[in-house]
Amino acid sequence: FSPVGKMFRAVVRLSTSGVRSLARIRPCYSAPLASRCYSHAKVETDEEFDARWVTYFSKPDIDAWELKKGMNTLIGYDLVPEAKILDSALRACRRLNDLASAIRILEAVKDKSGPHKDIYPYLIQELQPTLIELGISTPEDLGMDKL
Amino acid sequence: MFYSATLILVQSASSITCFLRLFTCTSLVSLGLNSHPPPPCLYPSPSLTRLSWSTLRTTMLHLTTGRVGCLLSKQAVVALTSSGARMSSHGHHEVSDSVDMSQPMYWDRLDTPLPDRPWKDVLDSTDKSLKQKEKGPWTALSKEEKIALYRLKFNHTYPEMKRPSHEWKTVIGGMFIFFGITGLVVFWQGHYVYPPQPHTFGEEWQAKQIQRMLDMRINPIEGFSAQWDYKNKQWK
Repeated sequence: FSPVGKMFRAVVRLSTSGVRSLARIRPCYSAPLASRCYSHAKVETDEEFDARWVTYFSKPDIDAWELKKGMNTLIGYDLVPEAKILDSALRACRRLNDLASAIRILEAVKDKSGPHKDIYPYLIQELQPTLIELGISTPEDLGMDKL
Repeated sequence: MFYSATLILVQSASSITCFLRLFTCTSLVSLGLNSHPPPPCLYPSPSLTRLSWSTLRTTMLHLTTGRVGCLLSKQAVVALTSSGARMSSHGHHEVSDSVDMSQPMYWDRLDTPLPDRPWKDVLDSTDKSLKQKEKGPWTALSKEEKIALYRLKFNHTYPEMKRPSHEWKTVIGGMFIFFGITGLVVFWQGHYVYPPQPHTFGEEWQAKQIQRMLDMRINPIEGFSAQWDYKNKQWK
């Protein structure tokens, strides 16, 4: 998921719909639909983002601090991580012998989905092979999703 | 009159919330039970002092009982049972237990799933043996063991972090109490403080004033006199 990339695409769509009056208000507007005052930095695609994070958690000798830092940063983003990133993170927990953090990650991801209640069940479904393989119980299995 | 009353009520409403929090803050501080200082996730203001963070959290936890008496006893129970708190040395006799901020801290935050240190870092022998078992395959762990491992590392689960509190009832109730007190003050003020009304407010004077305004044809096109039917001597 790349929110910046989506933003860029959304704005391009707005301009191609021909909203001329909006264009006049922009102070740096020169030629019609030719130059835009956006940064020329390369926008990371969703796949690159995911791959970067999978690589981060796949480090064989990852330490506890790196896991914590990675997870906290990832949860800080305005997105719900893909199943493959979570899979990599859960395996990192396994290498660190940390079941509690693995369960915590699942809880955090459910909370991150917010009102979109269908994201979490989808992710659990995608992660089912990993969860079974590593023996991670979901918070629902342990009855920890209720007060 | 209305304006000043609303001003007083709005001011009292804002002051009551601060007052209530300060009140519980000082009462809890005086008990020396500031065990969990880090910022609670549901109060994201960074300007809150350390004392306020802990007391807000403990206030949230304990105002569920709804009574001040139960509040004090429950407070003590929580403080005694949690071994995860990083208290300073026992030689302290200050009002508040200062937390060593140079050490990694624990906190329950929705946006920070993995805090700097585990909840319980003083492990007894059963905990240590469980931790040893954690190094093996997790499929060998029972549900209770998995829950125990989670509780060793974390204090509250996410649903527990997000649980609603009954604090709003205290706040709204306190607000209304202050509204009432303010109302009494305003009423007393109106009776004892205000000077007598000017004589121009009297019924007779007002009637004569209106008649004079009509005679002068005040705002005859769109305003005052325009509303008066001069022919039938009544309002339109």
